[in-house]
Order: sequence, then C-alpha cells, then structure tokens
Amino acid sequence: MNAPGVITEPQPVKISALMQFRQSWFYRFILFPLGQILLFILGATVVLTIAVYLIAYILPPPNSRVFVPDAIGRQLASWIINGVSIGFLYAMIALGYTMVYGVLKFINFAHAEIFMVGGIVGYEVTMRLNEAGILADMNPALMVTFMVLTAMLISGTLAVIVERVAYRPLRRAPRLVPLITAIGLSFILQDVVRATMQITRAQFDLVYPTKNIAVYTTPIRFTIGENPVSVRPTFVLIIIAAIIMLVALNYFVNGTKWGRAIRAVSQDQTMSGLLGVNVNQLIALTFFIGGALGGAAGALFGLNTGSVNAYMGVTPGLKAFIAAVLGGIGNLTGALLGGLTIGLIESYLNGFLFFYDSIGLGFRWTDVFVFLVLILMLLFRPSGILGEKVDEKV
Amino acid sequence: MSAPQGEIVLKIDNINTYYGHIHALKGISLDVRQGEIVTLIGTNGAGKSTTLRTISGVVRPRTGKVTFKGKDITGMKSHEIQAMGMSHVPEGRRIFPQLTVMENLDMGAWNVKESKEIEKRKQRVFELFPRMKERIFQKGGTLSGGEQQMLAIGRALMVDPDILLLDEPSMGLAPVLVEVIFDIILQLNKQGTTILLVEQNALMALEVASRGYVLQTGEITLSDSAQNLANNDSVRKAYLGEE
Ligand SMILES: Nc1ncnc2c1ncn2[C@@H]1O[C@H](COP(=O)(O)OP(=O)(O)OP(=O)(O)O)[C@@H](O)[C@H]1O
Ligand SMILES: [Mg+2]
Repeated sequence: MNAPGVITEPQPVKISALMQFRQSWFYRFILFPLGQILLFILGATVVLTIAVYLIAYILPPPNSRVFVPDAIGRQLASWIINGVSIGFLYAMIALGYTMVYGVLKFINFAHAEIFMVGGIVGYEVTMRLNEAGILADMNPALMVTFMVLTAMLISGTLAVIVERVAYRPLRRAPRLVPLITAIGLSFILQDVVRATMQITRAQFDLVYPTKNIAVYTTPIRFTIGENPVSVRPTFVLIIIAAIIMLVALNYFVNGTKWGRAIRAVSQDQTMSGLLGVNVNQLIALTFFIGGALGGAAGALFGLNTGSVNAYMGVTPGLKAFIAAVLGGIGNLTGALLGGLTIGLIESYLNGFLFFYDSIGLGFRWTDVFVFLVLILMLLFRPSGILGEKVDEKV
Repeated sequence: MSAPQGEIVLKIDNINTYYGHIHALKGISLDVRQGEIVTLIGTNGAGKSTTLRTISGVVRPRTGKVTFKGKDITGMKSHEIQAMGMSHVPEGRRIFPQLTVMENLDMGAWNVKESKEIEKRKQRVFELFPRMKERIFQKGGTLSGGEQQMLAIGRALMVDPDILLLDEPSMGLAPVLVEVIFDIILQLNKQGTTILLVEQNALMALEVASRGYVLQTGEITLSDSAQNLANNDSVRKAYLGEE
C-alpha cells in the first residue's frame, strides 16, 4: 500500500508549448510514427553498413576478381530497399502476434496460417481477374488495393472465427492448452488449404500469371551516382501499403475510443468489463485487426514472390514471431522495429553472403546467420528491444 | 432512523459464492433501496469484496439470486450489468497503468455517447481533484497511490450510474482527502445515486449511511440502521477500535 500524503494544494495549471505540440494530432499520428520509422531505418542501416564493411575488410577476399567493399558500395541501395520492404512485411505479421499477446497473453501460432490464407486469397483474386481477362489492363494501384483489401477481409474474418471456435472455449484452461490448439490449427489450416487448392487448381505451387503481372515485377532501373540500382515495383508497393497501414493502426490504437478500449482490455480485463466494455467483442476486434494485417502481408508477399502455396506461412511466420519477441512481445512499436531489424539483417546477409558463394558461404546460409544474430540479440536483451519484463511469457 | 423507505433496487437472495473449494459467501441476503446509502462492514476476509463482485457479475454465485431493478441478473456479464446502470469501483484502484489520466477518465465514460456530457463530467472531476488536471497526460501507473485512488473515484464519477458499489474508496488516502471522498459520496447520493459502500473506516461509513450490514466469515450477523449499529457494543468493539 502506498503511503497517503497526497494533499491537493491548488497550483496553476501550466502545460508548456512543447507538451501541447506533442499532444497535437499531427505530432501523434503523423510526425511521430513516421519519424520513428525513418530514424530507426536510418540507424539500423548505418550500423549494418559499418558492420558489413568491417567484416569485408577482415575476411579474406573470396577471389581475386571481386573487391568486396567496392561491391558492397554498388549494391547498398538495393539491399536497403529490399530489407525495408521485407522488414515491413515481417512487421505487419509481427503486429498480429503481438496484439493478440497483448490482450490474451498467449501466442497465436496459427497466425502464420492467417498470413498464408492472405497469400492464397491474393493469388485467387489475381487469377480470377486474369481469367476474366481484365488483369493486364487494370490500373495497378486499383488492382493491388482490391487484392489487399479482399485478403484483409478474409484473413481478418478467419482470425475471428478461429478465436471464437478454438480459443475462447479455452480461455480459462491452463496456458499450454490453447498453445497446443494453435499449433494443431496451423496444421489443419495448411492441409485444408492445400487440399482445396489441389482440387480447384490441381497445383501445389500456385504460380502467378507472370506475363500479366509484369508491371509489378519488372525491376525499375536507375542509377545513383555511377551505381546501377534496380528496384522491384512490388517493393515500393509493399513499403507504401505498409506505411499506410501502420499509420492507420497507430491512429486506431492510440487515437480512437475502440483502440483505447483494446489497450484497456490488455491491461485489466475485469476492470474493463466493470466499466461496460464487452471484453469478448474487443478481443474479437483485436483478432480481426491482427488477422487483416497478416492477410495484407500475405497478399503482398505472394505478389512479390510470384507464387504461393499452403506452407508459405511457416518461415515468414516464424521470423515475424521472433520479430515480435525481439521487439518486446505485447509492444506494438517493438513489433514494427523488430520486423524491420530482421528484414534488414536478412537483406544485408543475402547480398553479402553472395560474394562468398565460391567459398561455400552462399545466401542459403542467410537464415542460419539471421537466427544466429537474433539469438545473440536476445541473449543480451531477453525482454526484447522495447520489452519490460520477461516473466509470465510463454 | 425510521424504517427503510423507497423501492428496492438491488436485492440479493441467499447467495452462495465459492472460490474453488473456499466457501466465501454462505447464504447472504441483503437489499438496497432507491436513494439509500447502505454500508457493508466486516473484518478482513469476511467476504465484503466478494459480495460486491457477485453483484456486479465478476464472479458467479453457485446458488442464489441477484435482482437489480426488478430483473434477475444472476450470471449476467459485468458489462451487461454495467449497462443497466450499475457501477462497481473495485478494491485496489485498478487504474489502467499504461493509459494516461485522461484516457482512464475516458474509459469511465465508455457508455456515454455525447461528447458534451463527457466533457462536463470531466470538468466536475477536475474541480474535485485539481491535481488530476495537471496530470492529464501522465500515465496512470506513474501516479502516487493517493493520486491513483483519486483517479479511480474520478473515473467512477464519469460513469454516473444509478447505483454505485464502492469498495474501500478511502483506502490509502490522507485524512483531508478521506473527508473529500465522503463528501463526494454524500453529494452523489443527494443527486440521486444509490450507494452500497464497503469501508474499513467503519466509523465514517456508518456516519454517512442510513443502514448497514455486518458480515462475518461469509455470513451476515447483524443488520440495522446505521445509528443503531454505531451504538452497538459488539460493533464498537470489533470495528470501531474500542477496547
Ligand atoms: N480470487 C480468490 N481466490 C480464492 N479465494 C479468494 C479469492 N478472493 C477472495 N478469496 C477468499 O474469500 C474470502 C473473502 O474475501 P474478500 O476479498 O471478499 O474479503 P473482504 O471482506 O473484502 O476482505 P478485505 O477487508 O481484506 O478486503 C477470503 O477468505 C479470501 O481469502
Ligand atoms: Mg475487500
């Protein structure tokens, strides 16, 4: 019990101009989130760039033809764009894990499959448009918006259904029980989707109609100084879509009544209920938002890769889960920064290891090193970049 | 004190509530009439908080019946009961630590639609607790214990219910503020809010209440007008600290 001793003496209320600005709509919902993302990307790329240069100078050159530091300089811009876009995708998936963890203190391992379903839906939408013969002539922005929104709607709804039928009945069960249910659900969703697609499309790997989506995948080439840079249009799409969604999510969570209630429910369910909040409804809403973000990520991921299948969720899902843990699970900003961190590390490693292919260190080693770096980071900060306490976690 | 008047708004009938194997409430019955302040006193662990929790739907009784405004609310969800006009301020402040003072107050107004009304109620809270106004952007968890208690009361004022269940509202407050809290309770009651009050500070509670119940290890052992209770020897001994 805290000691009493708070006595109200009337004091003039003063709120400084800076404080006022920091409470303004523009600062809270535009400047702050965007500035935060930009600064983090800047900082992370500087650190990673210094790191790869150092390693390049330390390691023996892979062969006499390539001087690695020069090669890095030529490719850096592509690595960054690539890393940021894949990082945003991980971030969007990671947000789903972290939001659900926030309200239920439980890891929804089936979230990887919600992402996968988004990928499949995105593919189906594209194929239907293609079969209707309108894909090639469609305005790319319109087509992507339509595809992403459909994926969001279906993935979000699926997440709500999963919560309703599989998790809610287990709300009072010991923690491991819903966790195991989630893993089981993952398998079920994978196999249901695989079977469905085998029946309807008679294919395991569902390949996008390459010719008609060329506008999304043909790299845009330009030069920075003397260095040629090539950027896939899908990367740009991913970055734009992600920023729109992240800004919208931040506004929703921190600027609306419903977002405030989600945060309240994640802090004290009983008290929220006593204030009139329908806790189950808010939990369902959280699942919908998390699922919708995952679905959008899936659709964009599929379009970027050019093919989807029922198991496409496994690796990105795992990485995004780690991104959420890395950022401090339950912390939305943490999930975003964790996703960007993993995306950038992965992209740098992909490019860097390629130079050492001839000595057996090709980019197939990327994931090994990504996970190595993550393990090291978590050894030093077990509660994640922005996490507070480590107890009562899975 | 005359016999209780007014319509019964809240009635609990032979309630038995358990926590696992612990039999916390053993057949409790009580009623609260329109416009009353009724207090529930008893030693630690007597079941006072459990009684309030059972009424507001946080826990379910195994047997028995809770009636509010003539409707059987036994087993209803707490948000449904809240929407009927009951507000329960539980023991231990229960401030949302990561929400700002302003957001905590806004949560109190969850079911209030008109923003003008919300603003009006906020102003009233700030008048009562000027300290809250200086701290509107501060996180609830960083307030001092007493400030958190003020915020908890402030948040309850935002609800403006028909019946208010208060669980130890003066806990952890400096004497000056205890007076303020009891003033607020009386003021709310004058404005028409019915109140069921649980207090460690039995003396103060019996001063503001019209009737009281004494709870002992899950059973009601006494029920009388506040005045009679305050003059009752065993009550004086047990709860008013007279040796
Ligand atoms: N969540 C719980 N799980 C198990 N037992 C509980 C729980 N909450 C309360 N009890 C038990 O139920 C009995 C009544 O508790 P309650 O909190 O209602 O007492 P109280 O009269 O409010 O006491 P205090 O004055 O200390 O707040 C106690 O014996 C307590 O140990
Ligand atoms: Mg109590």
